[in-house]
Amino acid sequence: MNWLKKKKKEAASKTEAVTRGLLIFADTSTLMHAEQVLKEENYDIRVVSPPPEYRTGCDLSLEFPLVEAPGITRMLKEIGLAPIDVLPVSGNGFKPLQLFKSKDFGRYLMVRAANMKITLDKTTKRIVNISGGGCPDIPYLAREMVGKLLSEAPEPAMIGFSLCAYSLNMAYEEMIRMTGDE
Amino acid sequence: MLLLVGAIPIKGLPLSLGTISLAEQGVTVNGRVLDIDRGTAAMITVVCTICLEFGLEPPKGLIAGDIGTRDGSRKIYEYLAEHLSELDVSVLTFHYIMPDIKRNKKVLEKISTLEKKPILIADAGSMYVAKAGGDAAFYDVFTPDLGESAYLADDKAAHPTYTRGFIFHLEDDVPELIRRAYESNNAARTMFVKGAVDYICHDGEIVEKISEPNIEALEPIGGTGDMITGMISGLIYAGKSPVEACRIAGRVNRRAGELSQPTPATQVKDIIKFIPAALKQVLE
Repeated sequence: MNWLKKKKKEAASKTEAVTRGLLIFADTSTLMHAEQVLKEENYDIRVVSPPPEYRTGCDLSLEFPLVEAPGITRMLKEIGLAPIDVLPVSGNGFKPLQLFKSKDFGRYLMVRAANMKITLDKTTKRIVNISGGGCPDIPYLAREMVGKLLSEAPEPAMIGFSLCAYSLNMAYEEMIRMTGDE
Repeated sequence: MLLLVGAIPIKGLPLSLGTISLAEQGVTVNGRVLDIDRGTAAMITVVCTICLEFGLEPPKGLIAGDIGTRDGSRKIYEYLAEHLSELDVSVLTFHYIMPDIKRNKKVLEKISTLEKKPILIADAGSMYVAKAGGDAAFYDVFTPDLGESAYLADDKAAHPTYTRGFIFHLEDDVPELIRRAYESNNAARTMFVKGAVDYICHDGEIVEKISEPNIEALEPIGGTGDMITGMISGLIYAGKSPVEACRIAGRVNRRAGELSQPTPATQVKDIIKFIPAALKQVLE
């Protein structure tokens, strides 16, 4: 999906000193899609918690260089991922946990990110279990992913909606990194 | 009445309140058959199993379809906020649901108006929203795993995904996580902390640790935590105190795990079927 190549990392780094903003989305699913697109376009973004007035208990926002707001919002609008609001940065957003723990069971490898675990059969390369989480898309994601090859299973970021799905996606990407199985 | 509340990962499944029963193909609520692999359906299956073993009337379920799009969860919150007083609920278990602090507070407001407050048990999204809204102490039982315990211990985090790294690293010191959770008022009165060692806590104190038999392969299996929540719910409905229910559930969970001879690829439904035998052994 790397269809807009105008923004390069070098360009983004020049904007480090300017005020940053927050993109607020209607749901986490839209945010995860937008994050992927903006990362592929090399925008200098990071995922943080939204300000309290936008918080439901399961939500994210994207922090970005405010100066790039017009370009980013126009692009997101064009591809159907428009944010519901754009705010100056609050300065108190927490970043999602980016730490992983893994456990080797011999034939099986388990990777955990925050509250989410994914387990792979190293011999068959199939996902054998997904555990943890409390949002309703997790049983749905488990049904869609368990039993499938890691390389063929749907990405949690593409079909999930919640912060638990976001953490599962991090565990899934870490599993791919550890096993080299894309 | 024992009421079990949670979302089911079926798009468009309408809101439904009805009796739960076990069926050959899974579990049913109001006659609708649900797959019991994990989540709310696994939890209610276990509760039903416990009720059968104790000869209790079957529990009721309040479910709605939600694959993360919030639609079913909203219907559940709104139904409870409006109709809970019409139901004679003595034990109320909240499970998988999209966290929604404002709607959850409306449900808790409704509970506050009841003549007799039901025993409140929360796990999964329902536990997340209770803590995120600052309402944890209103509940009687939480059943967090280690990642969720770190979340409860972090007074700044609004979801387990936002747990700060230095607290995530405290997982090797579970008593410290428990202390922090109680100190910051982010714990229920009784907690069952699931892990290699299970910790049962009450009023801020660790009252028991369960570590045997140690079945390592249970950790990756999705739904084993749902089993514990279900057992605790059923046992409390059977008249056990929350702490006693935790003591029994922790042992039955490990014993059922052992009987199933699991690998990390085992599915939870293949452990649930050993609960009756494990319960008998533990109660002997």
